[in-house]
Amino acid sequence: MSSDKVLPFLFILPSIIAIGIFVYGFISWTGYVSFTNWNTLTPDLSFAGLKNYIFLFNDYRFQSGMRNTLFFTLFFIIGVLMSGFFLAIFIDSNIKQESIFRNIFLFPMALSFVVTGVVWQWLLNPSTGVNILLSNLGFEKLPGWYTDTTIAFSFPLGSIDFGIPVAMIAVVIAAIWQMTGFSLAMYLAGLRGIPEEVKEAARVDGATEFQVYRKVIFPMLMPITVSIAIIMGHISLKIFDLIYAMTGSGANFVTDVPGVYMFETTFRGNFFANGAAIAMIMLFLVAVVIVPYLVSARRGDS
Amino acid sequence: MIVRKKVSRIFLYAILVVMALFFLMPIYVMIITSIKPLDEVSLDRMWELPSTVSFEAYRYAFERLYPNFLNTLYLVIPATILSALFGSLNGYVLSKWKFKGSDWIFTAILFGMFIPYQSILIPLIQFLQSIGLYNSIPGLILVHVVYGLPITTLIFRNFYANIPYDLIEVAKIDGAGFVGIYKHIIFPLSISGFVVVCIWQFTNIWNEFLFAVSITSTGSQPIMVALQNLSGSQIVQWNVQMAGALLAALPTLLIYILVGKYFVRGLLAGSVKG
Repeated sequence: MSSDKVLPFLFILPSIIAIGIFVYGFISWTGYVSFTNWNTLTPDLSFAGLKNYIFLFNDYRFQSGMRNTLFFTLFFIIGVLMSGFFLAIFIDSNIKQESIFRNIFLFPMALSFVVTGVVWQWLLNPSTGVNILLSNLGFEKLPGWYTDTTIAFSFPLGSIDFGIPVAMIAVVIAAIWQMTGFSLAMYLAGLRGIPEEVKEAARVDGATEFQVYRKVIFPMLMPITVSIAIIMGHISLKIFDLIYAMTGSGANFVTDVPGVYMFETTFRGNFFANGAAIAMIMLFLVAVVIVPYLVSARRGDS
Repeated sequence: MIVRKKVSRIFLYAILVVMALFFLMPIYVMIITSIKPLDEVSLDRMWELPSTVSFEAYRYAFERLYPNFLNTLYLVIPATILSALFGSLNGYVLSKWKFKGSDWIFTAILFGMFIPYQSILIPLIQFLQSIGLYNSIPGLILVHVVYGLPITTLIFRNFYANIPYDLIEVAKIDGAGFVGIYKHIIFPLSISGFVVVCIWQFTNIWNEFLFAVSITSTGSQPIMVALQNLSGSQIVQWNVQMAGALLAALPTLLIYILVGKYFVRGLLAGSVKG
């Protein structure tokens, strides 16, 4: 074998080993811990079967967190897609000062979720911030934002009320504010990749501007839309820092998510096996979204 | 027709301006609050401009955050450089020296970019404790270099995919090998790739919170953890919190303002297909 075959492999080997241990090895170990009795400060690796998982699926806080994650993910993806799409179309329609607008919508991407959380915690504080503006505009009944414990359209499911947790809307607003820049940048790149002739051809055929977007441009942006939705989806399924900095788990766990629960139960409560089980469920949810995406991206590659 | 077009143009600008104001609102509040003297920081006057400008909040926030600011600096510079170097080598191999199974290895590495880090946190901490790097900046550097491998490899692989094979073939005929081609052809062509990856990694590592809060405690905490602690305590005033948030955000904001083009390129490269 020539050295040109061995050398490349040798150069990439450290990374393969590192990823092998730090990603796949560690995930296996977490999976193992999730089946043990290690729910104290001292490691106890005796086998516990499904005990931790059964505990979680019956647990009020975990069920609340899953409900919150579901609605957070849903509203967050829809919000980021819509705000990014419309802003991209507006910015792409030959406006003056394009770069100023683009920079304004993109800058939150450079911030940390912790900074976003700290600022929006104040802006959406029920006794100040946005509510002062609303009361000046004459609103009598002001929203409680993240302190609202209402679950809208609720019905009992398991040990929780299932429905739309109103408090999560405040967190969704902050998250959309932060991540709109991403979908805006993706859509702008996509719009600029569509040749002018394609739009022109549709216009010559008598399509109105609205039809050009609906029938020509939007379908051509579909792959980008899917990419954004998947990337936003995996971010929201594992969200931790924004909620930890902005609201914490909230009264009656109205803004709790598995990421926050995992951190607190593992590192504040020393329930390592329970924490590991939460982590494995999070991994499973993310993998369901990401693995098909990676496989299809690989196919498109080759 | 022309009138209708004009009306819709005005409408377009109106929406953009309103949205721009919404996006700038947090920055406005951060700035005016941070320069208010303590007695003016009251809930009902939150939107008003300060009557006098005071930098007292900055002085206090800077005092509190300075050690953590340094910690982040010691963390982010080596971690960024190391992960860019590894990413460059990996990207070179995985784009120009593919071997049997290398595409699968790439996909397996890429998966590491998407995992929730909660799923590796417990063994990671046990591992760092066992090698004596728990609660240390070198420990955090190691973590960021390793978990940065997927994204840096991806960006460089896509970047190098644009370098034509002919260039490599010619060099091979001239007798250059794996290392020679990297040194004389690939690396010199990599400058803008390195800029994109370094900006991406710098921003991500600077802003990262989960690893920082779980791996470090007092003494080696990075800035984001200190900022969270600052706002978590009840005694500290809002003007100090806003000053602290601005100070913590300043480096990445500056990078965005100065080299936004590369920042956006990194953003787009972060979505798998490049």
